[in-house]
Amino acid sequence: MSDVKATGAEATSVPTKVVMNQLPGAGIVGQSPLHHADLETVAKNGPKQGGVKFKEQKLMGLLTLRCNAQNPEQAAVAEKLLGVALPTTPLTSVEKGDTSVRWISPDEWLIVVPGNKAFALESAFFADMPGHYSLVNVSGGTTIYQLSGANVKDVLKKSTPVDIHDSEFPVGKVVSTVFAKSSAVIRRTGEQSFELVVRRSFADYLWLWIQDASREFGLVVEA
Amino acid sequence: MFHIYCPHCSEYREEEEFHYHGQAHIARPLDPDSCTDEEWGNYMFFRKNPKGIHHELWDHAAGCRKFFNVTRNTVTYEIKEVYKIGEQPKVVADAVPSK
Amino acid sequence: MAQKNRLQSGGRVDRTKPVSFTYNGKKYQGFAGDTLASALLANGVDLVGRSFKYSRPRGIVAAGAEEPNAIMQIGATEATQVPNVRATQQELFDGLVAGSTNGWPNVETDLMGLVGKVGGKMMPPGFYYKTFMFPQSMWETYEQFIRKAAGLGRSPKEYDPDIYDNINQHCDVMIVGAGPAGLAAALVAARGGARVIIADEQNEFGGSLLSSKETIDGKAGSAWVSEVVKELATYKDVQMLPRSTVNGYHDHNFLTIHQRCTDHIADRAPNGQVRQRMHRVRAKWVVLATGAHERPLVFGNNDVPGCMVASAVSTYINRYGVLPGNELVLMTSNDNAYRTALDWHDAGRKVVAIVDSRRNPSGDLVSAARDRGINIIAGSGVIDVHGSKRVQEVSVASLSEDGSRVTGSVQKLRADTVASSGGWSPVVHLSCHTGSRPVWKDDVIGFVPGATVQQQLIAGAISGDFTTEGALSQGIKAAQEALSKLGKSAPEMAVPKTDKVVQGKPMALFHIPHSKPTSQAPKQFVDYQNDVTAAGIELACREGFESIEHVKRYTAMGFGTDQGKLGNINGMAIAAKFLNQSIPETGTTIFRPNYTPITFGAIAGRNCGELFDPKRYTAMHKWHVEHGAKFEDVGQWKRPWYFPKPGESMHEALNRECVATRESVGILDASTLGKIDIQGKDAREFLGRVYSNAWAKLPVGKCRYGLMLKEDGMVFDDGVTSCLGDNHFLMTTTTGGAAGVLNWLELYHQTEWPELEVYFTSVTDHWATMTISGPNSRKLLEELTDADVSKENFGFMDWKPMEVAGVPARVFRISFTGELSFEINVQANYGLHVWEKLFEHGAKYNLTPYGTETMHILRAEKGFIIAGQDTDGSVHPYDLGMGWAVSMNKPFSFIGKRGMGREDCVRKDRKQLVGIKTIDPNVVLPEGAQGVFDPSAPIPMPMVGHITSSYWSANLGRSIAMGFVKGGLDKMGEKVYYPLADGRVVEAEICSPIFLDPKGERQNV
Repeated sequence: MSDVKATGAEATSVPTKVVMNQLPGAGIVGQSPLHHADLETVAKNGPKQGGVKFKEQKLMGLLTLRCNAQNPEQAAVAEKLLGVALPTTPLTSVEKGDTSVRWISPDEWLIVVPGNKAFALESAFFADMPGHYSLVNVSGGTTIYQLSGANVKDVLKKSTPVDIHDSEFPVGKVVSTVFAKSSAVIRRTGEQSFELVVRRSFADYLWLWIQDASREFGLVVEA
Repeated sequence: MFHIYCPHCSEYREEEEFHYHGQAHIARPLDPDSCTDEEWGNYMFFRKNPKGIHHELWDHAAGCRKFFNVTRNTVTYEIKEVYKIGEQPKVVADAVPSK
Repeated sequence: MAQKNRLQSGGRVDRTKPVSFTYNGKKYQGFAGDTLASALLANGVDLVGRSFKYSRPRGIVAAGAEEPNAIMQIGATEATQVPNVRATQQELFDGLVAGSTNGWPNVETDLMGLVGKVGGKMMPPGFYYKTFMFPQSMWETYEQFIRKAAGLGRSPKEYDPDIYDNINQHCDVMIVGAGPAGLAAALVAARGGARVIIADEQNEFGGSLLSSKETIDGKAGSAWVSEVVKELATYKDVQMLPRSTVNGYHDHNFLTIHQRCTDHIADRAPNGQVRQRMHRVRAKWVVLATGAHERPLVFGNNDVPGCMVASAVSTYINRYGVLPGNELVLMTSNDNAYRTALDWHDAGRKVVAIVDSRRNPSGDLVSAARDRGINIIAGSGVIDVHGSKRVQEVSVASLSEDGSRVTGSVQKLRADTVASSGGWSPVVHLSCHTGSRPVWKDDVIGFVPGATVQQQLIAGAISGDFTTEGALSQGIKAAQEALSKLGKSAPEMAVPKTDKVVQGKPMALFHIPHSKPTSQAPKQFVDYQNDVTAAGIELACREGFESIEHVKRYTAMGFGTDQGKLGNINGMAIAAKFLNQSIPETGTTIFRPNYTPITFGAIAGRNCGELFDPKRYTAMHKWHVEHGAKFEDVGQWKRPWYFPKPGESMHEALNRECVATRESVGILDASTLGKIDIQGKDAREFLGRVYSNAWAKLPVGKCRYGLMLKEDGMVFDDGVTSCLGDNHFLMTTTTGGAAGVLNWLELYHQTEWPELEVYFTSVTDHWATMTISGPNSRKLLEELTDADVSKENFGFMDWKPMEVAGVPARVFRISFTGELSFEINVQANYGLHVWEKLFEHGAKYNLTPYGTETMHILRAEKGFIIAGQDTDGSVHPYDLGMGWAVSMNKPFSFIGKRGMGREDCVRKDRKQLVGIKTIDPNVVLPEGAQGVFDPSAPIPMPMVGHITSSYWSANLGRSIAMGFVKGGLDKMGEKVYYPLADGRVVEAEICSPIFLDPKGERQNV
């Protein structure tokens, strides 16, 4: 398949790594982890007023990057390809255009790009990134929940042990933590808005949990 | 419920984000095959159970997924320090008056 | 309706808002602002329960959390029943239904009461130890009797319809208690810009100020409270939590608060509101301003209704406008309790006498009593009380100077209420929760919090300073200290002016002696809930229990739902006196969480029902549901178990699924398998260290099965790992082992071999995995891909990227059924699309979906193990007959190699996994059945191993099983017997576990 790339000497037999375009042609529509919940209909028929707003930002391109940001060559290439430097301060994120990068651990970042740009980014890293690194497409295994509204912090306080007070959790901060009985990568995207990156298999449980935790404030679903 | 400072995330987090992995600084023998049964048994099974200062291996399981060490007083449950893998503790049993 | 003890005015109740409630089936009325206890007292209800052992009538003793007797069953319906609620803490609401907990069958006329003392003799101190040990077989009988008679409350038999939840909180300063000390601390902390939580168990803030006549800055104390609360409400980082009991204080300043959000409004939470909420608080600093509980004195028949704690009487008068009697005798060892006599007198009823144990009481309050003409009997004590359901008369006698002996003659006084005070015990409970031992202070006559490693400060009566001025100044100081520790500047605040009251020295007295020795005197109760008497404590000491911890366990003192809040110090003092030692020599008293009983609902929060545990779903789950799958829980995953057609039994469905797969093609949703992307130049080396077999030469494009061992050599997971690129692998793990394996790899990488260049990333959820298996699987796949999947160009244990149904996929030619199989992996967002396309094309091949059960049967026909079912952490690869998956010659000593070299691991008679063929092919052995070599051996027979997997194989037309047998690998063809619980003995033959296609020809086509 033309889309399958392998590094290593051209045309020699042994590739060191493979990267592959995982998206089908335009005729085949992907189903996000909350596809079955039919949020479009819920959004259309559900309440328009409430203290908490929920939206699944679906079918994005999510990539886990592992590398050594102390390595100037890797840092430079990563910055060139992403358009922003990898954030090296713990628990921070950067965003530029349609690319955002979250610090996950000293040698791990979570990159989010539009779904159809993931393969291009993978290919670019594949071509240019020197040294020991890994870039893994995890788009199918994750989805993004956008939570906002006047009571969004109340819902988060019921769900995660992390301190989300303004003084401790400014806009842009990102934490990987416990969320209900699952986990999430939580990033503050605004005064009253947060983004949760959650695992596909837990998506339905977390959606149920968020509905429940929002009940007393009123939940508005956006599609 | 401990409040544990993750040396990688550089902030305190709740214990439920962490997993405990037992006594720290248990190095795997470099040549297991030449270990006597006793040496291997010591590596496998024998652990300290001190009253007081104890060095422990923890994992920030729900956070950065990094392992690190904790020096903890098993009587008071105070965490005296955290330090990264490969580093040595600054607080050791002899330096603390026994209770 | 008559509230005969209600005062015309005064108190914080709203007389314009009458509230009806039901107590023990009878309707009463109180007012808004009442507690159940104050309303009962207003109505002249003296009896609230029967005692645990002696079934004696009991009345309300206290006015707060320390109440031992008025323990209620609350709830208007079966579903809303709540046991063990203290009437003193339950706010009155319209329609409240309450019943006394103790007092079977009836609190007024108790059958047990008729035999009262007989009942008591059945349960002397040490009852549990002496009686229940022998004969143990009688325990159930005893337990039924005791539980019912003791009335420990009952849980609802229906689902609780209300919502309870948990919330996580963080703050700079957590203030426990909103009396004068707590409020002053909150004010300073708030003004200093701290994030503050202040919680109080009562319905409104103010603590002692709500029930006293003291002034602050020249105003009523309650007016000062209102001003403070008003100011606190203006700070956005201050949370005020009334009706919120700080129940536990745990390590590193973690506290739990039990907030009762709607318990004061209605039987059920209105409009789906949260009924109770558990706050889980992490505080940088904690200020304990928990106050003190007044100690009653211990004297003869001190449990007759009408005997109360002095300050509680004042509380009922001043806060609730209730005078709980007509004629009061106050007995005290201190000045402070004189306030109660003054309050009683000023409310217009008769104070018969103040009986003061001290010879020469003096002080402002004593003078005030004298000024009112109240009779003060100094140097004396109430040694006995007369009456059964209410106090009628008291016996007063003069005491020796130290209060240890009765010295004079007895005089009797008519009274219906005896208020007593032996001083105050600081509420040290929370500080004890973290392991800090309280210390005795002679000048306080009580325990105060001891040294602690927590970031904890104390303020007010908990410190042993029982004055309002002390509370205010300590509250200010504590908050200032916390602020400065937090690096914040602390605002100055002048201590508000309080009334100056000169008080005389209190006397350390706990137990009022009787003319007779304690053992023969009328019962002198120490712990009301467990009917522990002074005589019982002395008996325990006489029997050799000298440590207070032993005395407590022997007598059950402090083991009730009140945790001995009123009685423990008195009990220690009695033990100390008997043992002729000081209280600190006798021991200390430790309290444990929770401070007061807490509902299970609040603990569980929303982790119940649908949200009890996460349910994990694959991308094809909806299809499975729509096609009638029965599901099996595998960890948190919901996996299809089997797909019955309408009217089909499980057995029939499995037979159909198994045969269809072997005859044509079946399909399994294998998405739950753990998947780990492994990259780096040392990935191959790493695999060689964590798997028992060799990985050095696995070429790109190939897959290999591996066993993962722990250091002891025992198998803990298995799976297929594929070489994607020379430095790039995809590892699969068992469904249940996914998280554990990733953690295991990280553990070794981070702590042992950080020099190896390798990264691991979980891709379990990223790939949807569907396995088509069976002779027609290739034909089916060919219809959906352009790739060459022929035998020649896509061999067994190869993998290839290709498009399947228009979706880029990785296809692995691996097999867990022994059939020609293709494992198709696509990005999970396209999983259902591919799955449905397979069915569109698969109809002509009778494509049959199957679940975990058929998967288990098909693999068992081939003798493939399932880690976790056929292994249990005690078997190594050779035990499994899988020595082929061990490469002892690898240069690096892989994990498990040295462990397998232990002497025990090379024994010939280890239990080894073999096939088990029942002689009667129709008998399916139960999994777990234990085998024996000689079924006629005497019981207990030597057991030689158990069945791990056992199924009916439709393909073979007989039962098949795998199991462990001692030395089994060398016993092929020999007999083994399985004696079953129903008496049958199943005869079987040891065989190869590969029941079908031993040469593996079917998967190699």
